[in-house]
Amino acid sequence: MYGLSARDAGFSVIDAMAMSAIAFAGSAQFAAVGYVASGLAWPGIIVLTALLNARHLLYSASLRPWLRDVPLAHRSVMAHFLTDEAFALTIAHFRRIGRGDERGYWLAAVLFMFIPWNLATLGGVVLGGQIPDPSRLGIDIIFPAAMVGLAAGLITGRRELTAAIVGAGIGVTVGLLLGPPVGIVAGGLLGPLVGLLVPAAAAHETAPLGTEASAERYALPIALEHDHGHEHPGDERG
Amino acid sequence: MTNLVVLAVLMFAVTYPSRALGLLTPGLDRLPKVALDYLQLVGPAVLAALAAVTVMVVVGEDGEPSFHVGIEWVAVLVCLAVVVRWRNLFLGLLAAVAIVVIARAAGFSG
Repeated sequence: MYGLSARDAGFSVIDAMAMSAIAFAGSAQFAAVGYVASGLAWPGIIVLTALLNARHLLYSASLRPWLRDVPLAHRSVMAHFLTDEAFALTIAHFRRIGRGDERGYWLAAVLFMFIPWNLATLGGVVLGGQIPDPSRLGIDIIFPAAMVGLAAGLITGRRELTAAIVGAGIGVTVGLLLGPPVGIVAGGLLGPLVGLLVPAAAAHETAPLGTEASAERYALPIALEHDHGHEHPGDERG
Repeated sequence: MTNLVVLAVLMFAVTYPSRALGLLTPGLDRLPKVALDYLQLVGPAVLAALAAVTVMVVVGEDGEPSFHVGIEWVAVLVCLAVVVRWRNLFLGLLAAVAIVVIARAAGFSG
């Protein structure tokens, strides 16, 4: 869909591919296509891109405890590939197996996201009108449905449930007032705060990290490869 | 290098810091328990917010966000029900896509 939009907005193949490979930020890319087509000045596009992608700060902070054993140089490169989908897949995978897994991250972020996204961009911008309307194929529903499905897989107690419900409610409310990007960041920031208000004794955690129950709970259709020997964030939490 | 390639580089320059800050900041992996508990809850909260905002908030051509009600709600809720009941995300996605395709083919634009 992005490739089609870019082509319609007059982007060359190199322009569209540069956006997908260098910026690699789906929603910001869609927005940039619209902004460029409407003639918005570059400083405006840059500021809006920064705002749209501010939520990645939450993702990187959330993944850091799992990736503490990964060398700094690796983490520096990993950061470029951190997207909504990569975060969703890897955090579910880490929690399922109860520890960090660098290879699992690369699989999710590069093999399942970066490469397909760039191939799809190339296909969209080269094939253009030969591709049927993606909305007729229901492709646009995959993203929100996958996000809600992966969120459900992360809910193992009342704290997570509260954080998810409050995050969604705040996201929509703030999104309507200040725009979707601000709403998503607000929901991601404030939902967990409210979730923490649920006392640990009343949290009813049904699948503690690294247990069989957790493995069953977080089972995904894609079994990511992993190795053993890493600690997980719960190790130092007692 | 074309102008839009330069724009892509500038977009990277403002995106990378938010992606890297958490992964590279020293000491972030030695946070107090309450902070780690908070970070554990970020996943469900932000993914739920992403899903809800995507299907419930649309931005019009005038740039103003508005509340959206459509078949996408049903599709996402069915996906959620499938995942909760059968723990199968792939099946949930198939159901969501099928609902949207059938509804749109029948003329429900939402």
